[in-house]
Amino acid sequence: MNIGLTHYLIVGALLFVTGVVCMASKRNAIGVLMGVELVLNGANLNFLDFARFNETFAMEGMVFTLFVIVMAAAEAAIALAIVLNFYNNHVSVDVDAAEELKG
Amino acid sequence: MWDSIVAFITHPVTVAVIAAALLMGLMLVQAIIFVWLERKVAGRIQDRLGPTRVGGKFGWLQTLADGIKLLCKEDFIPAAADQFLFRLAAYLVIIGSFLPFLAMPFGLGVVALDMNIAAFYILAVLSTEVFGVILAGYGSGSKWALFGAMREAAQMVSYEVPRALCVIIPIVATGTMSLTLIVQQQEGFFWNWLIFLNPFTFLAFWVLFVSVTASCKRAPFDLAEAESELVAGFHTEFSGFRWLLLFMGEYGSMFITSALCVVLFLGGWHTGVLPHDPTHYLGPILGNIVNVVVFLVKGWLLVFVMMWVRWTLPRLRIDQVMMTCLKYLIPISAFLLLGTCLYPLLWNTLAPGRLQWREGPGIPAAPPPSVGVKLTQLTPPAELTASVK
Amino acid sequence: MDLAEFFFWTVASLTCLSALMVAAAQNIVRAAVWLLFTLAGVSGLYFLLGADFLGAVQLIVYVGGVLILVIFGVMLTAQGPFTSIKTPAGEWAFSLVVGFLLFSLLLACILSTSFETLRPTKVVDDPARARSATDLGLVLLGVDDAKVAGPSKLTMVPQRKRESMSYLFPFEIVSVHLVVVLIGAAYLARAKRRRKEQA
Repeated sequence: MNIGLTHYLIVGALLFVTGVVCMASKRNAIGVLMGVELVLNGANLNFLDFARFNETFAMEGMVFTLFVIVMAAAEAAIALAIVLNFYNNHVSVDVDAAEELKG
Repeated sequence: MWDSIVAFITHPVTVAVIAAALLMGLMLVQAIIFVWLERKVAGRIQDRLGPTRVGGKFGWLQTLADGIKLLCKEDFIPAAADQFLFRLAAYLVIIGSFLPFLAMPFGLGVVALDMNIAAFYILAVLSTEVFGVILAGYGSGSKWALFGAMREAAQMVSYEVPRALCVIIPIVATGTMSLTLIVQQQEGFFWNWLIFLNPFTFLAFWVLFVSVTASCKRAPFDLAEAESELVAGFHTEFSGFRWLLLFMGEYGSMFITSALCVVLFLGGWHTGVLPHDPTHYLGPILGNIVNVVVFLVKGWLLVFVMMWVRWTLPRLRIDQVMMTCLKYLIPISAFLLLGTCLYPLLWNTLAPGRLQWREGPGIPAAPPPSVGVKLTQLTPPAELTASVK
Repeated sequence: MDLAEFFFWTVASLTCLSALMVAAAQNIVRAAVWLLFTLAGVSGLYFLLGADFLGAVQLIVYVGGVLILVIFGVMLTAQGPFTSIKTPAGEWAFSLVVGFLLFSLLLACILSTSFETLRPTKVVDDPARARSATDLGLVLLGVDDAKVAGPSKLTMVPQRKRESMSYLFPFEIVSVHLVVVLIGAAYLARAKRRRKEQA
């Protein structure tokens, strides 16, 4: 069985969906951040699949992936700074405790 | 019959298994030699003899005795420890320490995986060791271990920055990330080594050596092992074979980072006194044996310098360690990178034509047309030239 | 089953299993460890797809950078040794249903699209034309010698067979953006005085 485009796309889709489930179900704010990282990795894998199996995107796929990795690192840093501030104010990282803006 | 045997031997899986076994063997045998060497060096610097009883006058078999003792010790996991993470930590450190061996060229063609991004790959896998240290401290379930691990992780991660900047300097100077090509460009007499290329690479070698000493958690940056402060830092609760794994990881990292310094700055496997590679004179097999021996001797010499420095200098405090990195080494290495990039430009401006292209095997006879020149020589669209004229 | 296929199945199943364990792990530190395996597995998949440089970038940035940041965040917001905030079963069920629906949607899209008819795809398996970091650097400069191979990798003979955009400016923007964001994050996360004064 030749490993083709659809195999890698399914792996990417699984990572994406697992990230979404993680974001939806975790109550720890850092758990939600882990879900975001999984989503971004699934998307990156998608980019590289098409870079590998389609001649037109061969180099652009890699460049996009590079940009996404850099941006994801920046976003993870900011998210963690926000979580730390939240912890300073509420002494808890439970996202259900973030209720001040409710109603 | 013969064909199938040859096919079996040259099958990629067999070759990979043999290469991995050889590299693992090298890493383990070296660890034995380094432990003995460390105790001898420590003894001599402290004006005593070191091990002299086990295995003859010089204590050759001392490490073997130590290994047997450690294997026989009870495998003791604290009750408050997270079992899975505690066990995993030692393996992560060893993995992070062994993976760079795969891309390191020991001779001309004597490399397990000749990648053309070898230098970058080595930097990447060396940075995965930090997680093992953190898990070791956290999984011990003890607050002193956690403090030690956090300090250690902060130090290792911080020193990755000057290390990476100083690794980029030879990459910029040679134009390739492939370690084999970098070493091939240092062929010949010792003044061809990259350390003597320009004053910036000379300083870069010393900054790189300090950075790898710090990122290998060796003295004077060895707060993790500071007995007077943290009992033993992140490896407090590790005893017996797990401690041996952690220390094999440390000695493996010491060697591989010293080997990286040797490859990037000190000419790799070249002797420095012959005008050509030894394979030129002795053929591929004998020549590569000479190459590997020279490479290992150079690597071990740098490891010996690391040990020498450990027993000479006092330990730095954590704030001094971080200040050295953030306030001194990072600006210095950034300045050296800038200098290395601008150095050929400076030469060509002041003395045009003086900086000649260095010819050698693996390097084409004429300098390749630089991409910058080529881009300006690409013909602009016709309507643009028409309007300019 | 040949070697490439074996490696793909091993690495892909390790990655997917670790990703599922990230979602399933109750203890946040264990979830971080499973995330480590997931990211390392994704890096392995990048190597299998022939993107060596990006596999190494993934290891440096994600495993050696973002994950260390995440674990430091976990340690700094710890709520006591090995405690976990449990998600109620109703929320779990809902998330799993949503996930299952999304996955079946994506799977249906992937399996029903015949990628060969959309655009002619050709598996690039020629090692002589394997993409290297040199090609990536040239593409960043806007020179794509995709259609022509030079005589050797050292003598770069760029020929503009097709117009290619140079990615240098976006690359610079992204780099400066990263510096600005990290400085902002460091400022946001600084240790503040306990009195709630307006920043």
